[in-house]
Amino acid sequence: MTPNPLYKITPSTDPSELNKKDFQSDQDIRWCPGCGDYSILKQVQSVLPGLGIPKEDMVVVSGIGCSSRFPYYMNTFGLHTIHGRAPGVVSGIKSLRPELSVWMITGDGDSLSIGGNHLIHILRRNMDVKILLFNNRIYGLTKGQYSPTSERGKRTKSTPLGSLEEPFNPISLALASGASFVARSVDVEAKHLQETLKAAAAHKGTALVEIFQNCNIFNDGAFKEVTHRQTKADQQLVLRAGEPAIFGANKDRGLVFDSLTMSFKIAEISEVGLESIYVHNPQNKIASQLLAELGIPDFPVPLGVLYQHERPCYDQMMSEQIDYAQRLFAGVTEDQPLPSRPSMQSLLDGGDTWLVQ
Amino acid sequence: MATDKVSVEQRDRVTIRFAGDSGDGIQLTGSQFTHTSAIAGNDLATFPDFPAEIRAPAGTLAGVSGFQIHFASSSVFTHGDTPDVLVAMNPAALKANLSDLKRGGVLIVNTHPFNAKNLERAGFDGNPLEGDELSAYKVYPIDITTMTLNAIADVGLNQRSATRSKNFFALGLIYWLFNRDMVHTERWIEEKFQRRDPQVAEANRKALKAGYFFGETAGIFTHSYVVEAAEIPAGRYRNITGNEALGLGLMAAAELSGLELFLGSYPITPASDLLHFLSKQKHFGVKTYQAEDEIAAVCAALGASFAGGLGVTSTSGPGMALKAEAIGLAAMMELPMVICNIQRGGPSTGLPTKTEQSDLLQVLFGRNGECPLPVVAAQSPSDCFWTAIEATRIALRHMTPVLLLSDGYLANGAEPWLIPQMSTLAPIAKSFHKPQLNEAGEPIPFLPYERDENLGRPWAIPGTAGLEHRLGGLEKEHRTGNVSYDPDNHQFMVELRAEKVERITRFIPPLEISGAQSGEALFVSWGGTFGSVRAATNNLNLQGREVGHIHLRHINPLPLGLEEALSSYDRVIVPELNMGQLNMILRARFLIDTIPLTKVKGKPFQVSELEAFFERVTTPVSPEKLINQGAQS
Repeated sequence: MTPNPLYKITPSTDPSELNKKDFQSDQDIRWCPGCGDYSILKQVQSVLPGLGIPKEDMVVVSGIGCSSRFPYYMNTFGLHTIHGRAPGVVSGIKSLRPELSVWMITGDGDSLSIGGNHLIHILRRNMDVKILLFNNRIYGLTKGQYSPTSERGKRTKSTPLGSLEEPFNPISLALASGASFVARSVDVEAKHLQETLKAAAAHKGTALVEIFQNCNIFNDGAFKEVTHRQTKADQQLVLRAGEPAIFGANKDRGLVFDSLTMSFKIAEISEVGLESIYVHNPQNKIASQLLAELGIPDFPVPLGVLYQHERPCYDQMMSEQIDYAQRLFAGVTEDQPLPSRPSMQSLLDGGDTWLVQ
Repeated sequence: MATDKVSVEQRDRVTIRFAGDSGDGIQLTGSQFTHTSAIAGNDLATFPDFPAEIRAPAGTLAGVSGFQIHFASSSVFTHGDTPDVLVAMNPAALKANLSDLKRGGVLIVNTHPFNAKNLERAGFDGNPLEGDELSAYKVYPIDITTMTLNAIADVGLNQRSATRSKNFFALGLIYWLFNRDMVHTERWIEEKFQRRDPQVAEANRKALKAGYFFGETAGIFTHSYVVEAAEIPAGRYRNITGNEALGLGLMAAAELSGLELFLGSYPITPASDLLHFLSKQKHFGVKTYQAEDEIAAVCAALGASFAGGLGVTSTSGPGMALKAEAIGLAAMMELPMVICNIQRGGPSTGLPTKTEQSDLLQVLFGRNGECPLPVVAAQSPSDCFWTAIEATRIALRHMTPVLLLSDGYLANGAEPWLIPQMSTLAPIAKSFHKPQLNEAGEPIPFLPYERDENLGRPWAIPGTAGLEHRLGGLEKEHRTGNVSYDPDNHQFMVELRAEKVERITRFIPPLEISGAQSGEALFVSWGGTFGSVRAATNNLNLQGREVGHIHLRHINPLPLGLEEALSSYDRVIVPELNMGQLNMILRARFLIDTIPLTKVKGKPFQVSELEAFFERVTTPVSPEKLINQGAQS
């Protein structure tokens, strides 16, 4: 995307020289010791230098919550906005400046409760923004109330007898909202998280990455089955495009699709043969929707890029529509150069006017 | 011939109200008459008054749509207190508007819909055209519908479509009554309908002429009227509504500052027309974004401002309430932004299509924390253009969100406007911050909250290498902009942000007082009441009364010299379409016993109301009366 010269104050810097340190700000990090956010910050700081994007063209925007302190720790342009509203702010940034690389940091309370409306609409519009949704299934910054991803029956400060609410599944919600890229990773799975972040960065359009993030103070162990050394092989279903959906310490189990019940089932590979195992196709939305519903206790938790299908981005279409309007007004076809914009005076003078002598 | 008997009478000013069912084409009729009068050289002002419901049941009071025009051969400040002429297209329109008609005024009634069913719907006991209920007026009962159908019978439209042309018959009749030229409307019909539907064009043209010729030949009118051209400054004019002027003003401000205009908005009456207007200007590079809600709209505008655009959001009272938190964030981030509030009747959903000035305290104080922000208000439809430019100038000079107040009356009202020349308008300074080097050529660390003499901070936009920085809603440390919980720093920053707004006074033009510079009373007004208050002041001055008028464009900060002006009069009257909000501010700021004149009826002030109030407060109370009052209490 050619940037508007209006915004080019300084020459672009060379991104090939960037390293992790360039993305670390001078601010003290104030998350609780042991918080999953540290790992996520580290992986983001490791991935961004390799994207080939000048650092000054990156903007990190957050809402409110523990995760939303993130921009302060990144030495890029950054905004720490208000609760739930980061999608609105990033939509304005991208609409004006489609050439910028915009990363939105949010949490389960920020994006699924107070900002739920904004999240579904940014996904629907397909703004070219990367959204990292830190899901710890709790309100941390307000010291431990249940969140929209807390399981039903969860006992917290505001639900002493257990919550009465069914949780959101962020992946299913994103798919239903028309997201063009939906992925899931885990705070402590450094390699997988980096791989997922790179895939999100490479996607043109809104990329939603749900990151399981442990809050060791108010909801410790929320994802322990997925992260514990002894259980994770059985509880993680790492999906990769074109590869069979297999799991287990010995990679001996996998998903088969049962067309009669239109659902996935777990099968022993030794019994059904590898050729019967579902091969992950992130472009298949129906399959992705079925995969999104899988999880503990009956199934392992799907990780990786669950769905990806590129479609036009709002921000780019907005710029194209302006060019189109300019051509339309000037009566110039697409194969000819873009005409200059009409003068403001012509608009003031337009319509029905009359002369007073 | 009948026409020989018609005498032509000169009038300085006339007010006409067209009223009918919302499907009767009343707004169109009114705007055509307006345009023709403007071309004839009259000064004028108009006010449309339409129902909140899109399609209220036909024939009901709820479905009555009105359009009023006040045109004159001298200055016009308002759309007119009481109509001289009322055109009522059905019983409901008559019922809803009759009490406003001047006694002795001309009442033209379409008799066709005056049947039992419609009369009952409108709440009449009998047929008012038959009794002496209307004896105070010059009544002209005319079966406009039937005459229209007869006039266009050969066009071949079905009855339902043909009936729709009756507003053009009424318009033609009024054109004749005021000796107006039909040519502009004929041209308009040609442009609007000829290609799309030549039959409709033909029917409208014929109906228009039939109405005109009916006036000429029917012999029922003894007078026709002439309102000569007014003396107005030479130049090219157009009619403009407040929302159009606001849109043009924002575009002009973007051009004058060299910024891209970005509007984040959510549909709301009466602000939506601004969104519509700017959405049509894509070929000028204007970006409009219809967000999922009011909050997303203001946040998008803020994001655009951060990215280096002229971020604007538009709304009305209820939306303003929703945007409050984000406006506080903009104040904390100290980013330039314009927030347009086209006020309507409140509270809550209130009166969406009616005007009011009741959001003043909301925009002044409706945010959490100590959060003063600049507030400017437009005074007439065309003044919305200049107010948009002023708001942008303040926003960029002081790096602050600015609240711009308009209202439903200004937004939908129209007036002739001397078209400004862009080349004569002063540019608006904006500067994107550049990285600074010291004498040794090394980069100086960037301080995002360093101040200039206006206390504005640098605007460093993404894409500028070396100026990477973080902004947010947490309290900022002076100069560095880092998060700070230091008690002294917070005290300092709260005071600094207030002082920044206060320093805008240095740029506000000297206070202007119209009329008497001291004496019996001073009117202090703001916003859309300008026309009524100025007209009342002029009338009272002509009667020899010592009354002055200050109209405030800047409400925060208030202009210097205001306190001195207020104390130069025996009394200060503050007329407002609310329950006394500016009045409260003036009392609090200056400890002066100002007198509120308040009204919340969804309608503008009538000039006569202001004059009567002035009389009441300036008439000395007799000692007897005081004694009587004392005896009673």
